[in-house]
Amino acid sequence: MIPVIGLAIGVIAGLVFQPTVPTDLQPYLPIAIVAALDAVVGALRALGERRFDDRVFVVSFISNVVIAAFMVYLGDQLGVGSQLSTGVVVVLGIRIFANAAAIRRRIFHA
Amino acid sequence: MPEPRTDDRPKRSPFKVSVSQLVVAALIGGLAFAITVQVRDDDTDDYSGVRGDDLVELLKSLDSANERLNGQIDDLTDTRNGLLSSTQRSQKAQKQAKQRAEQLAILAGSVGASGPGIEVVVQDPNQQIDAAAILDAVEELRDAGAEVIAINGVARVVAQTYFLDDADQIRVGGREIKRPYRIEVIGDASGLAEAVRFPGGLVDSLENRGASVIVTKKDKITITALADVKSPEYARPTS
Repeated sequence: MIPVIGLAIGVIAGLVFQPTVPTDLQPYLPIAIVAALDAVVGALRALGERRFDDRVFVVSFISNVVIAAFMVYLGDQLGVGSQLSTGVVVVLGIRIFANAAAIRRRIFHA
Repeated sequence: MPEPRTDDRPKRSPFKVSVSQLVVAALIGGLAFAITVQVRDDDTDDYSGVRGDDLVELLKSLDSANERLNGQIDDLTDTRNGLLSSTQRSQKAQKQAKQRAEQLAILAGSVGASGPGIEVVVQDPNQQIDAAAILDAVEELRDAGAEVIAINGVARVVAQTYFLDDADQIRVGGREIKRPYRIEVIGDASGLAEAVRFPGGLVDSLENRGASVIVTKKDKITITALADVKSPEYARPTS
């Protein structure tokens, strides 16, 4: 219940303040969002399997975001920023799909 | 990603607020905020995700398009300037032609005219004034600078107008003129008046024939009588 309220507050704040992304953050924000989505989908799966743990979620969320951003930063420094971003997005996408498939199997038994 | 945990912890009541729940809520809220911001930002900035090579290509194509459009602008500006100057020229020519047409229309008597001038009223009780005398009067008035002449308000006197004695009447340009004769003249009023009153001039010669002449200066004379304009049957312009 509380997380749903947090979600609503976040969306409303984004719509109301309409901030522009700072230029320094611009390359990292999309990847960070995908990484955070991965963490959220994993949490949903754990919730479905009744083994959700707040601490694990918080740690995985933050570490996902930080590591994804760091990889993009590293790629930029090495001159392979776009390729590495693509790689990170592909890996995170695969994980999101896998977790979504697990949730689907649990809910629909299919 | 949360790793699976094997320990079975007692399930908490969903309505009991704990710190960790608040942290989870804050994280999800932050994620929602970031997604919203990023989505809105994508709407405004289409090139942030484009790679450098593509950007260079894009820039090149924009440059060439820019060059092409600049050339088009130059061409069209030239065309516009040409059209403007030709329009101005033709407007000028049209204005001159209109002015000339007005001058000629007044000379030919095909339009009415108004302006300062004099009115000469000739009372002729003895019927001594004939066409030749009227013609003399017209000639004198022309000599004095008359620009437009009309007699009795019906006969406009122009270059083609003829004067004719016809059975106790005078015909001017085919129109019958009845006594008293009223000659309206547009021109320099004081100059005309002096010229007709000059000893041995118009007034004298008419009064010698037993007529009485009244000359009135007027600030504005309006002549509406028109001459019959015939287009020349034989004469052609040489230019």
